[in-house]
Amino acid sequence: MITKRIIPCLDVKDGRVVKGVNFLGLADVSSPVKLAKFYSECGADELVFYDITASAEGRALFTDILCEAASSVFIPLTVGGGINTTEDFDRVLKCGADKVSVNSGAIRNPDLIHAAAQKYGDQCVVLSVDAKRVDGGYHVFAKGGREDTGMDAIEWIKRGQNMGAGEIVLNSIDTDGVKQGFDLEMLGAVCEIATVPVIASGGAGNMEHFTDLFKALPTVDAGLAASIFHFGEVDIKALKEKLRNDGINVRL
Amino acid sequence: MTAIIDYGVGNLFSLKSSFAVIGENAVVTNDPETIDKADRIILPGVGAFGDAAKKLFDSGMADVLLQQAAKGKPILGICLGMQLLFEKSYEYGEHKGLGLIKGSVKPMSDILSKEYKIPQIGWNALRFVGERSPLFKYINEGDFVYFVHSYYGADCGESLIADVEYGFDVTAAVADKNVFGTQFHPEKSGEVGLKILKAFCELN
Repeated sequence: MITKRIIPCLDVKDGRVVKGVNFLGLADVSSPVKLAKFYSECGADELVFYDITASAEGRALFTDILCEAASSVFIPLTVGGGINTTEDFDRVLKCGADKVSVNSGAIRNPDLIHAAAQKYGDQCVVLSVDAKRVDGGYHVFAKGGREDTGMDAIEWIKRGQNMGAGEIVLNSIDTDGVKQGFDLEMLGAVCEIATVPVIASGGAGNMEHFTDLFKALPTVDAGLAASIFHFGEVDIKALKEKLRNDGINVRL
Repeated sequence: MTAIIDYGVGNLFSLKSSFAVIGENAVVTNDPETIDKADRIILPGVGAFGDAAKKLFDSGMADVLLQQAAKGKPILGICLGMQLLFEKSYEYGEHKGLGLIKGSVKPMSDILSKEYKIPQIGWNALRFVGERSPLFKYINEGDFVYFVHSYYGADCGESLIADVEYGFDVTAAVADKNVFGTQFHPEKSGEVGLKILKAFCELN
């Protein structure tokens, strides 16, 4: 049976992990490569590297770091941030990324999803959606959650799947950073129409929230989080042991 | 030396790196002489069967691989590389494969009900089939490996050496004498995957 995946997300700026990292026993806590290795050894099922650099120098540094991580960590790597063209796909795939996540770039140019899926296969294209409740519906937000596009999130995800997105990351802006649990209502609405794997993001504050997620929504495939892992609030190995004890199939 | 076949399909960075980590010299190449000198061959691949098969046959690489296989050299096909070892595929039409493994490649959507998502993406537990393959020398039944695929190897009979449960018994690995294939990605399956590559490197 396929297992539920636990995915730490590393936001990388100018070659360093941001969002705060606080590990005992890890000397260089903001080194993306060291952190990636650490998570891999703890049993993370996959890693997301998110490039939040704006400058060209920062971007070059990011790809160097990606290459270094991919040379020493042998679990799947997804890369996002600043992906606007198929050339951007090429740039990160050559450095060892397995999947590439598109967000604002696909909102500006939806054909990017189709073009990338044609060239690299559906399995390579992850549609990442930042969504928030607006007027009784869910709207897609662009530019890191700052701009309401007015688009309906459910319709956008359906469209993305039809264009070849092989996986969906749903980040609820409403629950992100609140640490009161994943947005089960919004995720439930997405799961109803999803034909490809769904990764839940935004809101995890403790281990119980992951159990709640997979129990309430058995069709969610993975849970993604950043700061609770970086700050050591949730230990990945302990989390997976707990999930197994709660009857959820995980890789241990 | 291990030759990783470069025929313009997919990203070989992780694969090459994984050999470096297990202390094996691996060369990414499409040169027949280098391939002939190699102790073993890796046939990688992601993407669509039709395109990849066309590239193999048009470039003459298919003949090179068939000759090497006939000489008894160990060959390991990974993911689409495994599927290319089969006789044919029904991915968007019907395409001829290398025919080194009996059977054909079919869409999982033929069998799976809607509750199973396609592609199968993620970690699944290996179940050994038949006599334990030398490929699994360093791993255990139930170990997890990483899959990403929408098509599967069907009707491979006695070549089947491992499967996984994903709505049905999905072919995970095949072998016929010196020819091996894994549907999963050993280079993305952590320690377990590296142990499989190590075992493959010890075959000759």
